[in-house]
Amino acid sequence: MDFTFTDDQLAFREAVSRFLMTEAAPEMLREIWDTDVGRSPDLRHKIAEQGLTALSVPESLGGLGMDDVAWSLMTQELGYYAIPDSLADTAYVAAGLIAALPETVAKREERLCAIADGSIRIAVGHPVNPFVADAQPADLLLLAHGDEVHAVPRALVDVIANPSVDHSRRLGRVVWEPNSATRVAAGEAGRALWAATLERGVLSAAGQLLGLAQRMLDLSVDYTAQRKQFGKPIGSFQAVKHHLADVATRIEFAKPVLYRAAHALAHGEAGVAVRVSHAKLACGEAAWLAARHGIQVHGAMGYTWEVDLQMFMKRAWALDASWGDRGFHKTRVAGFVLGDAAALGPGRTFEE
Amino acid sequence: MELAFTPRQRAFRAEVRAWLADNVPRTPLASYDTREGFEQHREWERRLFDARLSMVMWPEALGGRGCDLIEWLIFEEEYYASGAPLRVNQNGQLLLGPTLMEFGTEAQKQRFLPRMASSEDMWAQGWSEPNAGSDMAAITSKAIREGDHYVLNGQKTWSTRAIYADWLFGLFRSDPASSRHHGLSFLTVPLDSPGVTIRPIRALNGKEAFAEIFFDDVRVPVENRIGDEGKGWHVAMATAGFERGLLLRSPGRFQHTTRRLVALYQAHREVADRDPAIRDAVCESWMGAEAYALSAYHTVGRLAKGARIGDEASTNKIVWSELDLKMHETAMRILGARGELVAEAPEAEDGASWLEGFLFAQAGPIYAGTNEIQRNIIAERMLGLPKS
Repeated sequence: MDFTFTDDQLAFREAVSRFLMTEAAPEMLREIWDTDVGRSPDLRHKIAEQGLTALSVPESLGGLGMDDVAWSLMTQELGYYAIPDSLADTAYVAAGLIAALPETVAKREERLCAIADGSIRIAVGHPVNPFVADAQPADLLLLAHGDEVHAVPRALVDVIANPSVDHSRRLGRVVWEPNSATRVAAGEAGRALWAATLERGVLSAAGQLLGLAQRMLDLSVDYTAQRKQFGKPIGSFQAVKHHLADVATRIEFAKPVLYRAAHALAHGEAGVAVRVSHAKLACGEAAWLAARHGIQVHGAMGYTWEVDLQMFMKRAWALDASWGDRGFHKTRVAGFVLGDAAALGPGRTFEE
Repeated sequence: MELAFTPRQRAFRAEVRAWLADNVPRTPLASYDTREGFEQHREWERRLFDARLSMVMWPEALGGRGCDLIEWLIFEEEYYASGAPLRVNQNGQLLLGPTLMEFGTEAQKQRFLPRMASSEDMWAQGWSEPNAGSDMAAITSKAIREGDHYVLNGQKTWSTRAIYADWLFGLFRSDPASSRHHGLSFLTVPLDSPGVTIRPIRALNGKEAFAEIFFDDVRVPVENRIGDEGKGWHVAMATAGFERGLLLRSPGRFQHTTRRLVALYQAHREVADRDPAIRDAVCESWMGAEAYALSAYHTVGRLAKGARIGDEASTNKIVWSELDLKMHETAMRILGARGELVAEAPEAEDGASWLEGFLFAQAGPIYAGTNEIQRNIIAERMLGLPKS
């Protein structure tokens, strides 16, 4: 029993953090917010150079073969820097789906290699999401038609943009016609692929929400330690301290929930859906509290466009309801906790 | 990350489970806030000790069995799952015990720890005073050195179950010219010493659950001092962090309560579902207890790898105390108009255990350092915000 990360995993996270600190600074984020396409080929190129697009791709195809547990650290960093790129959709969520296809499926290997070298953007149209994130700039879309999975080139779909409050989220309504040429899975196999993709997508959003919460807390600590009123930093006042202490507490206790869910997903545990939904709820609540208390302790500055907090808040507000809103996840948790077969009580946290 | 238990850990779980199944009293003991219940709990503690299950983490030579923290978590899970009696001597075992391990002389360890593990000696704590609560450095009770003795004068209060206990540990001002955190000494005091007067205080549950203690020229030998003279604050604080959070309230306790809460909800579902918030609160209780358990395993794993658990431990105290409140508030809402019935009421549900727990949960955010103090600690030491 060892519910911790290896030194290698933690060192990897640290390296990713250092890279994004330089390459995804808030100023860059603002610039990209103002562009039409909302994506920076230059940033994507650097991300690929670092090997971050290759994390999920099997080692046999030139990737790093990392699992969901490693991604639970990675997605936190993506959230912390609110990177204006749907890297996780391509390199984690879509990569997982394509890797799970039978090896006989056409272009499977080619697409995984393209993910690894960063030359392809893939948007995932899971039915739980009303819109497809990054449909516009994608090269390939994974779309659902009933249980079927279709891998559809961008040229074969129409995308109606639906702008989000988070300018770096590019949502689209995708209009397309399924045909047998784009179908890569169907029936029971398709259903299983979409089910696994859902868990991966939820966990990706959860990790990013937790990273966003930490960033908003850090921004708020910095601001309140500097900003003075009544001749003192406002961070010395208990009313302000307690707001931020509550955020810190919420974050501390969401982390292990995320890690437990990632392990359940990586190992195909029976209770994965409940663990993943728990993680999404815990991380989403941490992020929303960080936003609410963050703007409060920033005072009027927090309500401005000028202060960086807004970009992180908006990403948090948006991601909270993506990959299943709270009602969806609460229903999954309730189905287990209040169901007849629930293994509740002490000693069931790791074994059923 | 390796989330399977080892064969050794599984064997330990099986052993603990089997022993508890054979030994946990079939009828609940009387409340340990009464003399009768206190002695029943002492007897139960003795049986635990005889099976070397009282203080599993302590070294064998001191009455334990040398378990690590993972094994301790396993023990606690099984303990609460079995419905075993609450631990009556935890002030000694969980607060003074670790302090003695770190600061006690070999003679003090031999003298105090085995008798603490077996509950032959029951311990009360002497921190708070009428004017030193959250501001504990305002302590004024004195311990003036006279040769090989200290002479104690002053008053302590909020001392849990002190009218039934045998010993007290606490902080006294040994340097009368000192102030605040300086000049305090950490002393152990037999409660039958001449000059000690204990007056019970009735708690919210109507029982004499705590007491105020008066010291009137009480003589205590110098060898009863833990740590150096004048360094008592350091001794008291050194073990406050991690233990305050985790050892005091292990996750098994809340997971067991969650299971009971879900059962209560199921039994009253038709009525409870009239308020949709109840169902939500039941599920949130499960998530809260699970998150607390996961955090414990994560922390314990990091400790085993040599990490130092710092001030994030203060988040524990807030989480378990609020979780306990939430679970009991939810139970009271499920019980509705029958929730107010006390144990003597013929129609009280489950011996009014939810009401008892609800009353006790009110104290959670107050004792062991109020949650406001914990939030200050988190803000200043974990987040680095300026002191007020």
